[in-house]
Amino acid sequence: MKMTRKRFLEIGGVSLIAVAAKKVVGALGNEATARSSAPATRWAMVIDSAKCHKKDGCTDCISACNKTHNVPVIKDSLHEVKWIWKEPFENVFPSQNNPYIEVALQNKPVMVFCNHCDSPPCVRVCPTQATWKREDGIVMMDWHRCIGCRYCVAACPYGSRSFNWFDPRPYITTLNADFPTRTKGVVEKCNFCEERLALGQPPACVAACPEKALVFGNLAVPRSEVRQLLQSRYTIRRRPELGTEPNLFYSV
Amino acid sequence: MRDRGVIYTGLLIFLGLITFPVWHDLAAGTTSRGPEPVLPTQEKQCVAPREFMRTSHMHLLMDWRDAVVRHNEHSFKAFNGKTYSMRLAGTCLASGCHTNKADFCDRCHNYAAVSVTCWDCHVDPKLTRPASGGASAAVAEASRFPVPEAERGQGARAIAGQTPALQGAK
Repeated sequence: MKMTRKRFLEIGGVSLIAVAAKKVVGALGNEATARSSAPATRWAMVIDSAKCHKKDGCTDCISACNKTHNVPVIKDSLHEVKWIWKEPFENVFPSQNNPYIEVALQNKPVMVFCNHCDSPPCVRVCPTQATWKREDGIVMMDWHRCIGCRYCVAACPYGSRSFNWFDPRPYITTLNADFPTRTKGVVEKCNFCEERLALGQPPACVAACPEKALVFGNLAVPRSEVRQLLQSRYTIRRRPELGTEPNLFYSV
Repeated sequence: MRDRGVIYTGLLIFLGLITFPVWHDLAAGTTSRGPEPVLPTQEKQCVAPREFMRTSHMHLLMDWRDAVVRHNEHSFKAFNGKTYSMRLAGTCLASGCHTNKADFCDRCHNYAAVSVTCWDCHVDPKLTRPASGGASAAVAEASRFPVPEAERGQGARAIAGQTPALQGAK
């Protein structure tokens, strides 16, 4: 068969278009599946302030957390290490505060934790990837890899990260051998009890709360308790204007 | 050549001094002694064959560390089909295995002068066992890890007396 030059160029052109079209279809298909495959787990917590305030001066969640994670109790505010702590309402929600705010919220402490943000600034600044976002939403820390540069401490808008200025062990009341302590020169914060989640247990603070004011669950499951609560109650998040997308919701 | 006596005496003293460590160890009978770690009495098989553990336990522990912390994997399938939980204090130092870190880890490590940072954070369960009293174990720990005065700062020094662990130590 003899092929003219015109015929050859026609076949060549059509083949090229076919190859390109196949690639385009493939890429579009991949994008569509990527968009539909949302994470199967997205841990979140809803904090019911009204229930939390029922028992005045209750610190059960804090002591349970401290005990579980060997958190040192250092009273000096320059050196203190906090995983869960209390903060006045106007400091937790500065943009929600006004001089005529509901009496129930005035001078009432709010329990604050690491927010396990969807777009965590601490993760973005960490130079060693010692902190990163897990697929299940937990902002995790690898204390082996932390070099103590404290960029994350500066980056976190919620003050959720504490630095160990000295060896914390003398300040730990009861040592828990199942969890490591930290050492001098390492940053630490709430880990959403990932070590308990791995065993299928709820976070220690959630288990310890006598009023069940802390509800922990999976946002990716529409029928989960947290999703039900979020649908039925009005909740606020800390400083949403920053775009960090916290996974802790406060029902005030 | 009148100084011959002085020179030889000096040489002898010099040789004696530089070989002193050898004489000392010979006299104490420590030269031929190995580290003699205390092996578990109940459990006969570690998570990997003995030869591998002897040479590569550090690599295994690093792999465990990365698997647990970075990949959220917690169980380890051993060569003999057994499954272990990848925990330093919970599995390696568990009852029936290397219950005494001082008699197992430390003996070899001190002998070989290899210092590890594992125990800066990971807790030797011995320190928390009620044998020495739950609270006093923490106190013992506290006195073993004193905060250097220079690192505490003014504020920390002021509150040191209020910290329960330190209070007990006094």
